[in-house]
Formats: sequence, C-alpha cells, structure tokens
Amino acid sequence: MTDTADNGNRMTGAEIVLRALKDNGVEHIFGYPGGAVLPIYDEIFQQDDIQHILVRHEQGAGHAAEGYARSTGKVGVMLVTSGPGATNAVTPLQDALMDSIPLVCLTGQVPTTLIGSDAFQEADTVGITRPCTKHNWLVKDVNELAGIIHEAFRIAQTGRPGPVVVDIPKDVQFATGTYVPPSEASASKSYKPKVNGDLKAIQAAVELMATARRPILYTGGGVINAGPEASKLLRELVELTDAPITSTLMGLGAYPASGKNWLGMLGMHGSYEANMAMHDCDVMVCIGARFDDRITGRLNAFSPNSRKVHIDIDPSSINKNVRVDIPIIGDVGRVLEDMVRLWRALPKKPEKTQTAEWRSSIETWRARKSFSYKNSNDVIMPQYALERLAEATKGRDTYITTEVGQHQMWAAQFFGFEEPNHWMTSGGLGTMGYGLPAALGVQVAHPDALVIDIAGDASIQMCIQEMSCAIQHNLPVKIFILNNQYMGMVRQWQQLLHGNRLSNSYTEAMPDFVKLAEAYGAVGMYCDDPKELDGKIAEMIAVKAPVIFDCRVANLANCFPMIPSGKAHNEMLLPDEASDEVVATAIDAKGRQLV
Amino acid sequence: MNAHQQPTGSAYFISPETAKVESHTLSVLVTNEPGVLARVIGLFSGRGYNIESLTVSETEHESHLSRITIVTNGTPTVLEQIKAQLERIVPVHRVVDLTVRAGQLGQERPIEREVALIKVAGTGEGRAEVLRLADAFQAKVVDATVGHFIFEITGKSSKIDQFVAVVKPLGLIEVCRTGIAAMNRGPQGM
Repeated sequence: MTDTADNGNRMTGAEIVLRALKDNGVEHIFGYPGGAVLPIYDEIFQQDDIQHILVRHEQGAGHAAEGYARSTGKVGVMLVTSGPGATNAVTPLQDALMDSIPLVCLTGQVPTTLIGSDAFQEADTVGITRPCTKHNWLVKDVNELAGIIHEAFRIAQTGRPGPVVVDIPKDVQFATGTYVPPSEASASKSYKPKVNGDLKAIQAAVELMATARRPILYTGGGVINAGPEASKLLRELVELTDAPITSTLMGLGAYPASGKNWLGMLGMHGSYEANMAMHDCDVMVCIGARFDDRITGRLNAFSPNSRKVHIDIDPSSINKNVRVDIPIIGDVGRVLEDMVRLWRALPKKPEKTQTAEWRSSIETWRARKSFSYKNSNDVIMPQYALERLAEATKGRDTYITTEVGQHQMWAAQFFGFEEPNHWMTSGGLGTMGYGLPAALGVQVAHPDALVIDIAGDASIQMCIQEMSCAIQHNLPVKIFILNNQYMGMVRQWQQLLHGNRLSNSYTEAMPDFVKLAEAYGAVGMYCDDPKELDGKIAEMIAVKAPVIFDCRVANLANCFPMIPSGKAHNEMLLPDEASDEVVATAIDAKGRQLV
Repeated sequence: MNAHQQPTGSAYFISPETAKVESHTLSVLVTNEPGVLARVIGLFSGRGYNIESLTVSETEHESHLSRITIVTNGTPTVLEQIKAQLERIVPVHRVVDLTVRAGQLGQERPIEREVALIKVAGTGEGRAEVLRLADAFQAKVVDATVGHFIFEITGKSSKIDQFVAVVKPLGLIEVCRTGIAAMNRGPQGM
C-alpha cells in the first residue's frame, strides 16, 4: 500500500464499526459487553465521540434505544454480545418492529470458522431475528462491514421504520479492511420505499372529505414517525377542515389533547365519543395507523357506513384488516402537505351547516364523560393520581413512558399529550418492562427534561435492574408506580372472562419499593393518602435523582370504558354501567373464545 | 390471516370469511444472497400462508438475481396481502401474481410446467408396457438397466400426476419433481 489516502481507510472491523456509527450521526449507544464484542468495546474505550450507556440486561438496551429513538426521531443503537446477548435482544426487536421504531442492533458473533459448531455463546442470530427485524445481515467479510452498517441505518429509518440487526463475527472485528464512507456505499436496488402519494388519489380523498357530513380523522404512530412537520400539517388540516380527530395509542400527541377537535384516544379503552364517532362516521380518513384489532373491535361491525381513506407508507397495511375505498401509499408528511394544499385549492369549501348535526351528536357523546370515575377521600384512585401528575407537570418539558397494563391505559386516557415524541409506550407488542429502560433512553437524549415512567407494580419488576443504569449514568428518571398489588389488567380480564377466578394475578411478596430505591442509591417515596399526593408529587419532581414513587392506589379499580371482546364500537361498557354483574356477563360465550 | 380457516368469531375479533379460496402462481425476483429463501419461506410459515409448490434458481448470474415461483392459495384479500408482504422483504425486487396477470391479458392461466424424474422397475413383460406408456406421455429414458428405467418427463403437473399413476402398478420406485416453473404468455417480461 503506497496510497496514503487508502491507508487512512484501512482499519480493523471494530474501528470500522465505530467510524460507521459516527458517520451515521450516532452519539449514544446502549449496550452490554461480552466475549464476542470485546474488540468493539475496546474501540469504545479509546474514543470520546460516542457515549456508551451500560444497561444491566440486553432487553433494557433495546427498550432504552427505542425510547431514545421515539423521543428524538433519530435511530436508536444497541450493542450486545453473541448468544444470550442476542436472544435477550429479541423482545425489544419485536417491540420495535410492531411499533415501527428505527433501531440498529449490533450483535457479536462467534468467529466465522466456528459458526455452526455449537461454539460457546453461539446462536443463529440472523435466523432467530429474521422474523422480528425489518432486515438483518451476517457480515462475513470485513470489507463489507462499513457498507452493511450504512445500509442498516438507511433501512432502519426510511420507509416504515423498524429494527435491523448486523451480526458481526469476532474475527471480522479483528480483521483489517477498507472503510467506505456512507456517501460511497452502494445501496440495495431492491429497497425503494415510496414516499410521495399518488396525487389523483389525494385529490379524490380531499374531495370525499369535502362532501362528508360526518367526517373523522383517525391518526396513528405514522404521524409521529413522519416527523414534527407532519404533526404541524395534521393540525393545519384539522383547522382547515374542522373535522373531529381521534388517535391510536401510538399517535397521541400528534394533535394536542387540548385542541377543540380532539375526541380522545379510540379503541378498546378509548373514549365513548371517539368510538361512537368512528362507528357512525360517513368519511373516515386513517392517517398512519393500521386498523389494529385493539382499535377496530369486531371487524364486521367496524364503521359500517363509512367511505374510508387510508394513508400509509407500508403498502401491506392497506386492506390488511379493513378494506378501504381510497388507499394512498406514501409518507404521511408528504401526503398531508398535498392534502392541505389541495384542500385550500378546492373551488367550493363545505358549509359549516353540512356537519352541524354531526358536531351536535359528538357533543352528546362527549357529555357522557366516559372517563369519569368515582373519587375517594380515603384512597387514591389511579385516575386521580394521573390527573394530579399531569397537572403538576404542566408547563414543563415532560416525557412520559409506560409499562403495560391498566396504568398504561389510564395514562393514555388522563395525561393529555400536547406534542409529538413525548409519549413512549409499547403498543403493538405490549411489553411489560418497557417503561423504565425506555425512560432512561429518553433521559439520555433529553438530559434536562422531566422523564416519568408511569408504571404498574407488576410491570416495573420486569426490568427493575435498570435502576443501576439510572444511577450509574445520572439519569434522574421518575418511576411513578400505580401500585394496586395486582396485575390489574390480567385481573380485569379474569373478572370479565373467567368468573372472577384470579389465577396468579395477585402479586404477593411485593418488595418494599422505597427500600428498593434506596438499595440502588435512588430516592424512594411512598404515598397512600389523596391529601398528601400533590405535595409528594411536587417533591418527586424537585428531586434531581432517580425516584421510585410507590403510589398506593385503590386495589380493585378497573379500566373503563371498554369495548369487550367480540363487541362493536357502539357497544362500549361505560364506567357508570360497569356493575359487578354487568362486568361478569359483558362477554358472552362466543366472545370468550376471542381473547 | 387465513381467516377462512378460523371458526366464526375466533381469536381477536376475526369475522367469518366467506370469500372463495383460489390458487395463484407468483413470480418473485430476488437478490441471490444468503438467507433470501429463508426470508420468503419464513414469511409464509410466520403468517400462516400456504405453499403448494416452490421452485427457486438463479436466473441472471451477472446481476445476482434469482427467480422464485410459488404456488399458493388464499382468498383474494389474503393473496393481495401475500404479494404486499413479499414486496416488503428487502432483497425482493418484484412480485408478479402470474394468475392475475394472465387474467388481465385475457388468458386462462400462465404457462406452468414441471419436470420430474421417475424411477420404475421393469423386467419381462412389464418392461415393454412401461416403455409404451412412457412413449405415450413423451417421457424420455435417461437411465436404464435390465431391472429399471429412469424417465424424464416435462409438462403440466396434472400430466405428471397421471403418468405417475399409470406406472405405479408396474413397479414405481421413486419420484422426484421440481415444482412448478411458470411465466405469462406474450412478448412482455415479468
């Protein structure tokens, strides 16, 4: 080698990894070392550009990277070792796949010469992760490493975002090869996501919306993924059309909860007005959502009399569960831009009177106050705790993550999100244990923000080990546990479906969360009195350290309203109707097979 | 998916499927790289789609392209979903539903052919009978001893089924079939 320029690009595989991450704008990676990634960890040790956050379990690395990605719009990066490192990463990979979160997961692998020999800590990582990634690679040649990592970033964040895995054998990390910068890397010709929507279809959608007497916008996580500009455009479209708007769990914050057209979340635990409006509408515009079964309820009774528009970047989402009349394949942001422009250009805008009756129906439904609950002076109602938490965090830069269960639904119902990228939850996969590591990822990206993991007493114990990570990296996340001493959502279903036989849903031998916090070096707090709640919440927010807040709530509160299994949107079970008897018979024999 | 196989109102609110199940032949052009077949097959098993026949081979060596031909069945909605899901796989370049395409071109079906190697024991009187049948089916002898023949036969699957059926009583030893290779009629490519 006499060419010095070329020599500058000659380096080891481990150096290539670090250089490629840097060239893709990575500042933080979440990981856990092990035998098969030691060369990469050695490189991490010798540089300062990329900060490594040491988690305590690879699942935590994945969820932290997801929280990081979801709150910044950037790609989350995780680094784990071979075998158990990779298998522990499977849960967050599937989680990211279902919620369309851009994630690059680098896994170590046993040396190429040992692959297939059942070597120590060997697992068929590309085989195991094939169905839970958007794409994955096993790198067998160090000269392909840089190109593959660049391609991994491109695929993770373009089109419908998702997780990718790059599996790097240890000998490839040691081998010397040539680094290729992102600009010179060759891109796969077969991967060409379509970003611009078909203008004719968009025009048809706008004209359909203009004729609607009972319009509704149904938005989802795709709006968040399309970037903050898409949320602005969505707000503009709502302003222009004056259409009522609802959102899935994943899409909360794209349209502000304080907005006058907001109906609240829809679906199984959505608001009465959102679900009734979905059922009775004549034009439904689905923007970046995918007609998930928690949203639609019984499919053959789903919004029977509407014409449907579906905007999605993933062609396979179209007509998957619900047949639509106008499919538009493209990036939500680009399509919304066209929609706003074409709506403005309409020769004749609809009169206000055209939707007057619809608006009055919605007001009637809204007056039903489907999120209402009976408050108490003696015990803290979980809904009340969240209302107070939301009140206390008003005006602050607050990010909320959750675990999975009743507390998650209450958080979605009661918190009121005003901005996109401020709400991180495991929607598709429903992964208990998501919230704490996700909160850490968010806090890494936003060191000065208030980051709260709204948790349940069961879920929090699934990734509690990440308290160590919070302490080590000075990440002052607040874990607000709605502690009812049950796996609340499991219990709720057992009450509904299984004759109130509470099989294994009671968490006996609960740890003392205050002592647990202290054992990790964090601050522990306890509250079981509604009168003390506000003061304690204020105290929690003021603490500049990780806090576990053990908020003891009414043990047997259930999450309503609810569309019971096998029912339609207009057959919701409302809180004031949910007597013990009604709960016990809400789901008939047929519906019982459904869950 | 596969809603048609579920009982009424099965898991997660699935409605009864009343649409008819059809058999379609798909052509899938993929980058010839390790694992690409596993991605395609994994999609079918993971989402509960059926594979009736599958063939794969490199077709354009310089551009590293392989062509996979899959015969599958499902309701029109499921078939549409299969195509969309296949197109989502990163190394997949194109997916053409040859059966749908044939319909658009005003043809009944795409051209679908299969090759089979069929080993038959043949001695004495039966030997002549086997050869007569082979001749009628235009099967070629590619190997023979005094005790056996191996025939190579090409044609529609139904023709091969029929040949196998008629030689069976005469001493069928083993059968190897390639699965279906298919393309649409007319001058245009896929």
